[in-house]
Amino acid sequence: MQVTSRKFKENSSKAIKDDDLRAALNRVKTGFTTARANAASELPEFEDLRNKSRDIKDGVLENLDYYLEYFEEKVLAQGGHVHWCSNATEAKAAILKICRDVDAKTVTKGKSMITEEIALNRFLAAEGIEPIETDLGEYIIQLADEPPSHIIGPAVHKTKEQVTELFHEHHQKYGYTEREEDAEKLVGEARAVLRHKYVTADVGITGANFLVAETGSTVIVTNEGNGDLTQSLPKTHIVVASLEKVIPTLEDVSTVMRVLARSATGQEMSVYTTFSTGPKRSADIDGPESFHVVLLDGGRTEMLGTELEELLRCIRCGACMNHCPVYHAVGGHSYGWVYPGPIGAALNPQMVGLEEARHLPNASTFCGRCEEVCPVHIPIPKILRHWREKAFEQQIGPKPERWGIELWGFFAKRPTLYRLVTGIAAKVLTKIAGSRGRIKSLPLLGGWTSVRDLPAPQGATFMEQWKKSGRGAKK
Amino acid sequence: MSEKPDNVEVALFVTCLVDINRPSVGFAAVKLLEETGCRVVVPDTQTCCGQPAYNSGDRKSTKQIAADVIRAFKGFRYVVAPSGSCAGMITKHYPELFKDDPDLLLDAQDLAARTYELVSFLKDIRGFKPEGVKLDRKITYHDSCASLREMKVVDQPRDLMSHIEDLELVEADDREACCGFGGTFCIKYSEVSEEMVDRKIDNILATQADMLTAGDLGCLMNIAGRLYRKGHTMKVLHIAEILAGMSDGPGLGEERR
Repeated sequence: MQVTSRKFKENSSKAIKDDDLRAALNRVKTGFTTARANAASELPEFEDLRNKSRDIKDGVLENLDYYLEYFEEKVLAQGGHVHWCSNATEAKAAILKICRDVDAKTVTKGKSMITEEIALNRFLAAEGIEPIETDLGEYIIQLADEPPSHIIGPAVHKTKEQVTELFHEHHQKYGYTEREEDAEKLVGEARAVLRHKYVTADVGITGANFLVAETGSTVIVTNEGNGDLTQSLPKTHIVVASLEKVIPTLEDVSTVMRVLARSATGQEMSVYTTFSTGPKRSADIDGPESFHVVLLDGGRTEMLGTELEELLRCIRCGACMNHCPVYHAVGGHSYGWVYPGPIGAALNPQMVGLEEARHLPNASTFCGRCEEVCPVHIPIPKILRHWREKAFEQQIGPKPERWGIELWGFFAKRPTLYRLVTGIAAKVLTKIAGSRGRIKSLPLLGGWTSVRDLPAPQGATFMEQWKKSGRGAKK
Repeated sequence: MSEKPDNVEVALFVTCLVDINRPSVGFAAVKLLEETGCRVVVPDTQTCCGQPAYNSGDRKSTKQIAADVIRAFKGFRYVVAPSGSCAGMITKHYPELFKDDPDLLLDAQDLAARTYELVSFLKDIRGFKPEGVKLDRKITYHDSCASLREMKVVDQPRDLMSHIEDLELVEADDREACCGFGGTFCIKYSEVSEEMVDRKIDNILATQADMLTAGDLGCLMNIAGRLYRKGHTMKVLHIAEILAGMSDGPGLGEERR
């Protein structure tokens, strides 16, 4: 997708004024946070499971090469194929080759953030292969030609009325000429349209929540069952996954699964959990005839051993954005790339460059709620701060902001001078405010006074008054 | 848990916002600490905890400022700040800042172990409860993010306020949501901050409270400033002022007679 992170301020300004979006984001805020809180409080060992999940992921990251080779060996042993791809271009080429080999005209797709990351749909369409999203949310945004705005609810920004219009526009060719306004019937309409596509698709592409090393299985969790149809009906199944999704054992999968859905939607488990282990065997009634895993690095191995490594624990539950006050205000598209919310703010500078994404780690109050709810304890604020430090080092960002901080720092390091300057500032501000007690507009603090009054100082500073009271400090 | 020998020496970390914007909070803190038998000292080389630089990515200046704070507060039994945010900076982030600097790491850890947020210090360490304080107000308390998440200050302010005569505490919805202050964030991303503080204000107004308080002046300046900008006139005070029985003067942003 086209990266628009550079325009975060413009994007968010537009988003904040969008009443439909506000209503949608309010649903995210109240729905997901309440559900997660309930799910967490109902499971006494939830905190323990979070720690275990973090440890499992850390263990994987310490031995990533070992588990990936182990996984590959098992996939090959089941008769599947593994394609190692260091970047998006290689991954798309690998997928295209598989599609060409079976002369594919259409592919159905289960929900996959990695295929968003490599912008697969646009690529396939340009190659004359029609990609069809089968996850309802992904299907809606595919019709709208928009990127996802949330990693587990890609169309969470859409209202029902907008979906009615989209379906009306795109489903007339299938004989649906009336505007459908009932939510359940809208789902039925999408289901009927997609049903036909599942059966005629040549290739099914899914993502993976886990790649199980000990069995060579890939695992997806969904709530719609679309993933099952996507991967079992076409003759070819391609799993596209980034390499940190590998996990040692089935036992480990069951541990992490217990925090995944609870953190994401507040469910104990998602409705469908589907394990895929190689192509169909001779005794199987159905299933794909060939099974491919496209493994994407996409800059991830560069993160190993750095301040960013902990980001690779992420299990893409979306809890950080569900709880983020900035996400609640600006929505997912403001972030301007595939991954929105706190995880996106921490990850995207690595993926699209700090110069492009510099706003994202800055647009945070460090409130800490993301880290508080992250099922694998990713210290997101710490990583955002790391990016701010990188930007400061590399002199990325507006110069006046930098000068302001340097000037302030100059005084903060010189107590006597600081005392003098703050003393004057406090008195001047007190004077400007007069008996009003607040200041409406102040040229140097326009960012403050454009939104709020400035409660005025009370006159002399505390330090001046303290000294005057004769209690001046020792030491 | 509480140790209560009289004449315990406490160094007050005034905080830059209290120093410049609202000295009455500093005097309220002194009064409260003295009521629990502390001898309060105010080291005069203190300026700020360094958060503006730290949150702007200027690690070098942050470390220099932090080293100054460590020196200024060396040797005191306790260091207390009327702010969860500044106390969090010292207790959680100073040790992290000097993790690769063996010369200062031990001093940073030592300071971190002695540093407290005011309200939790009064309640947990000094076993304080307000006596003879009366305030006939319906009040709502805003949990600042740093008090809540870094310093785990949740029950202490509520408990202490329950001892104030005639005071009725009402809780706002979405208590754990940030008010949109975030230091320089509220200036750099003023539109996003505005949306956040408006959501906070809607929840505060819905309580029908006639007074707002919190343990961090940054949040209070943000919320009060926005309340007044929108034409509301709720009285806004720092919790130290309320606990110290110093609620009579004008609140943040209020007209002065």
